[in-house]
Order: sequence, then C-alpha cells, then structure tokens
Amino acid sequence: MQTDISPQIAAPAPSPAPVTRRQQIAAGVRDSFSAGLGIFPLGIALGLLVLQAGLPAWFAPALSMAAFAGSMELLLVGMVAAATPLAAVALTVLVVNFRHVFYAFSFPLHLVRGRLAKTYSVYAMIDEAYAVSASLPESQRSAPRLLAMQIASQAYWVGGGLVGIALGSALPAPVKGLEFALCALFTVLTLDAFRSRAEIPSAVLAGVSVAIALVLTPKIALFTALLLFVALLLARHALIARRAAAGRQAASPAASRTTPRASSHAASHAAPQIASHAAPQIASRAATETVDA
Amino acid sequence: MPDAAYLAAVLAIAFGITFALRAVPFAVLRTLRTSAIVQRLSLWMPVGILGILAVTSLRGAVAAEPHTTLYALLAVAVTAGVHLLSGRRTILSVGIGTTVYVLLVNLL
Repeated sequence: MQTDISPQIAAPAPSPAPVTRRQQIAAGVRDSFSAGLGIFPLGIALGLLVLQAGLPAWFAPALSMAAFAGSMELLLVGMVAAATPLAAVALTVLVVNFRHVFYAFSFPLHLVRGRLAKTYSVYAMIDEAYAVSASLPESQRSAPRLLAMQIASQAYWVGGGLVGIALGSALPAPVKGLEFALCALFTVLTLDAFRSRAEIPSAVLAGVSVAIALVLTPKIALFTALLLFVALLLARHALIARRAAAGRQAASPAASRTTPRASSHAASHAAPQIASHAAPQIASRAATETVDA
Repeated sequence: MPDAAYLAAVLAIAFGITFALRAVPFAVLRTLRTSAIVQRLSLWMPVGILGILAVTSLRGAVAAEPHTTLYALLAVAVTAGVHLLSGRRTILSVGIGTTVYVLLVNLL
C-alpha cells in the first residue's frame, strides 16, 4: 500500500502535520510520553518481580529485549521462577500474544522503508504502538514518527526494568494504582479512533464481544474478546456483501446497461472504501474528519 | 534458581513466538491487500480493538487493587472528560486520569 501523504485531503487536520524529519521524530517522541506513563512503571514492576522471584538480574533486560511485550513478560517471570515446562511457556506466549495477529490489518507498516527498519517496527509492535498509530489520522503518520515512538517506548520499558533492578528491595512499596495509566491511555485512544458515526457498529460489536468474553472466559478475556470481535466483523462483512448482491439482482432485470451503476451505487452505500485500495481509504478518512470538524 | 540453559530457552521461545505472531500476518495480508474483506476489516478494527483493550486493562487495574471498581470507573470518566474538554491532549488526559485513580486508591 503505497499511500503517500495525499495532497487531496481537504479536511483540516486536528493539528498541523509534522513536515520535516526532525519534526516527525519530535512528534513521535511526544506520542511516546503518554504511553511511557504506563510503560515505565510496569518496567519497574518487572525488574522488582525478577529479583523477588529469585531470578538473576540480567533476566529482566534480556526478557524485555527478547520479546517486547509487557503483560506477557510479567506473566513469564512467575512461570520461570516455578520452572514451568517449556511447552507450557510456549502455549502461554501464544495465547497471551495472539492478539497481535490482528494488528497487521491497520498498523501502518507500509510507511516504513528498508528491511531493518521494517523488522524493528514489527518486532516493537506493542499494544501502545498499534494504538497510537491506529488512532492517528493518515495525514499525521510517517515512518520517522512511528519508529521514534517505538524506540522511545522500548527505552522506557528496558530502562524501567533496570531501575526496578537497581531499586531492588530498597523501595518501600511501589506506588499502588499506576497500572491504571494503561487503561487511561487506551480509553483516550478509543475516543480518538472514534471519528464519526460510521464507527458505531464496530464499537457496539466490540462491546458485545468483550462483555461475553468477561463473563465466559474471564482469565483470557482479551483473547476471547478479539476472536469474537473478528468473527462478528466477518459476519457483518458477509451481511453487507449479501445485501449488495441482492441490490444488484433487484437492479438487473431493468436493463443490463444500468446494472454497473446500480451495483456501484449499492457498494458505495455499503462501504465506500472497497472500490480499489489506498486512495479511497484516504478519501473516507477525509470524509469522516470533515464530519468531525 | 533455574539454570541458564532453561532461561535461554524461555527467551528464545518468547522471542520466536511473539515475533512470528506479529510478522506472519503482514506477509499474509500483503497478498490479500486488494480484497474487499481485508480492507473493510482494516477500517473496522481499530476502534473496536482499542475499546476491548481499554475494557480489559480496566479490569486488570481493578484486579490488581480489589474493591476499587468505583474509583476506576470514576477515573475513566475523568480521563474521558478531560480529553474531550481540553482539546484531546493525550498526555494531559492520561496524566490527570491516572493521578485521580492513584490518589483515590492510596488516600481513601
């Protein structure tokens, strides 16, 4: 998807898009601050946990470099301390991190050029990186901004782990309630991603999914909720496709000449973004931003 | 203390599976880029996934500090309110919301 920042976007962006490389990197570092509020304290918690579990200090930075995925690492420390079999470790990593499979749909990896940069960006695609980039309008995104945000986030995470190790048991008790920062961040980014009334069906389906998941499988609620959500979106897609097909059939008896128009009309009602790729996506983004403004 | 070989194996497993889960979908989607279903999903997913992350992380915060459900809901409302009323400045909204929750949990 070679979507260059499109000049045809007429809708005013919420803030002027950073233009120079320097500005883009600065914007990326700024993006990382709010994520860092949640990441850094969690990193400290990881460092403290590693020491408390009786594991060697090097395991904290090694773990946060090997797999950059916060919640999974906190979980692993306990499992490793209990010498859990490797197969169980692998299964846990698979289930806990499975959600990342869905991030590829909307994560702007196409902006990043070069094998090394792309590999790093995929490796560092944590929830916060997905969340921040997915809630940014297309015109605001750029590779330097994205990479700066990811590198800064990993610095907070690894740095937090080292601080936790350094503090060791010297710290009286870590401040309670700091983990709420993650929840606050996701709440804010949900609001930012909610650009127009067009988002309502997705939000409702997600609400249904997470409610069912919390009741049925509270221990792996995130895993279940995402699978349910995707299943519901697929059902929604099937519904729209069938309605479009029905519209085509209804229109076809009139005259074969009018059929293309009728069908494209139906399709544009159902989902204006499906005609070809990239460009219509930007157009629909621009349209929703106009609604916002 | 677990031996170094075990720890190294855990690190390798964590790296391999996490990276594969993140990388493989990109490779698969590259071949499906023009399919209507992939394009719809890429537009529909963000708001829902973010909402699901918000709810499950809220539950995580409450689970870490039991009996704080009301405080957490109040702090979510404050976060959202600050965000919508103060021009969507993320750091400010997250900072104030988190401060409110930390104060409520530690002082009340």
